[in-house]
Amino acid sequence: MPMSGVSVTKGAEDAVPTGGDLVVLSNVNKHFGALHVLQDIDLTIARGEVVVVIGPSGSGKSTLCRTINRLETIDSGAISIDGKALPQEGRELARLRADVGMVFQSFNLFAHKTVLENVMLGQVKVRRADKKAAEQKARTLLDRVGVGSQAEKYPAQLSGGQQQRVAIARALAMDPKVMLFDEPTSALDPEMINEVLEVMQQLARDGMTMVVVTHEMGFARSAANRVVFMADGKIVEEATPDEFFNNPRSDRAKDFLSKILHH
Amino acid sequence: MNVLLDHLPEFRAGFVGTVSLTAVSAAIALVLGILIAGFRVSPVPPLRFLGTAWVALLRNTPLTLLFLVSAFIVPEILFPGMSPFVLGSLALGFYTSAFVCEAVRSGINTVPLGQAEAARSIGMTFSQTLRIIVLPQATRTVLPPLSSIFIALTKNSAIAGAFSVTELFGVQKLLSDQGYDIVPIFIWVACAYLIITFSISGTFRLLERRMEVAR
Repeated sequence: MPMSGVSVTKGAEDAVPTGGDLVVLSNVNKHFGALHVLQDIDLTIARGEVVVVIGPSGSGKSTLCRTINRLETIDSGAISIDGKALPQEGRELARLRADVGMVFQSFNLFAHKTVLENVMLGQVKVRRADKKAAEQKARTLLDRVGVGSQAEKYPAQLSGGQQQRVAIARALAMDPKVMLFDEPTSALDPEMINEVLEVMQQLARDGMTMVVVTHEMGFARSAANRVVFMADGKIVEEATPDEFFNNPRSDRAKDFLSKILHH
Repeated sequence: MNVLLDHLPEFRAGFVGTVSLTAVSAAIALVLGILIAGFRVSPVPPLRFLGTAWVALLRNTPLTLLFLVSAFIVPEILFPGMSPFVLGSLALGFYTSAFVCEAVRSGINTVPLGQAEAARSIGMTFSQTLRIIVLPQATRTVLPPLSSIFIALTKNSAIAGAFSVTELFGVQKLLSDQGYDIVPIFIWVACAYLIITFSISGTFRLLERRMEVAR
């Protein structure tokens, strides 16, 4: 009798959130071969909350972000979104992913489609929206992120900052319940970082639930409701930005902050 | 010289036979090949196994043996009265589909993983991701090997002649049995094959150039 397996599935049912909790990770573990990248992760994200995940390279923060829409599978534990446990690969998972926006470090815009088509595609093919309505919504979103004039171009013709803003518009076109940002500014030239951060700031002010993995401490200070500090596959510290940056509790966080803030 | 002019109807019948045999089996191979390539990259293990088995079986079986099976066993057990042309097309199409599958799969592997991840993350299913995002971007890489595969297919179709399908290479046997000199016959047959294979490579070069502009 596999006792541990039974208790894990039971735990998953118990972990179904109620009320304000949108994303709940409980006791999540993941290995890459011998490397234990996520160790007993417990994290709850409330509706409308902006959570910024920071930490040194290889701490597992990107992996954490990718497990939330199951681009990475987990070995044990449970993840639920809006009260529903993440299903197995298949149609049901696809439906759930449509409700979770994802923005990648390397943009990943569809290279063979124009900017406008990139933002329309999910609405038409996944939401089965009318083409006209989808185009109108896409143009509105592109205007909102400031790349409306680039609609007919292909992604390769845009700057990195523009591409990333299109990627945000593409995710927003699905009316997601939560947006995941996996190091959205790490592949950008310095002068383009702010144009992307401004779009994200606006999104946060509009009340979008966001999980942001980033190295931008300025953004964490100004936009986050909560900072989650990860190191070596564990959540070491969780605090408000003020608490975390002015008065970190753990030595690991103090060490990390001293390395990045004193230049 | 005279062989061609005296027996133009036979040459024409052979030429048309080879072209239609090639066209039909190429269509079968393309459809099956893309489908099986989809199986091979699918997240469903039984489909992956099916794809791998299909390729291993058909790619490693001698084509003549496949023709033997399709000409004598298939009509005996499954479809009695099926025409030699259809049976030959099936044998050629199935055989070639294994090669098409591998070419398509190598094309799929050249499309950055992030493209598929982005497609899945906006809620596309596996088949939507493959059809709408990955395969269109793989096409350009797949064209050159596909061109070679279809030229090989044209020449492989000669084997069908031995299984009572009218095609180009069979004309050679027909006429040399009637006592004509073998050398000019072969030269004309070879020329006819060249017309077909050059048309194939030309078409693919055109396609390649068009895909280049589309980006």
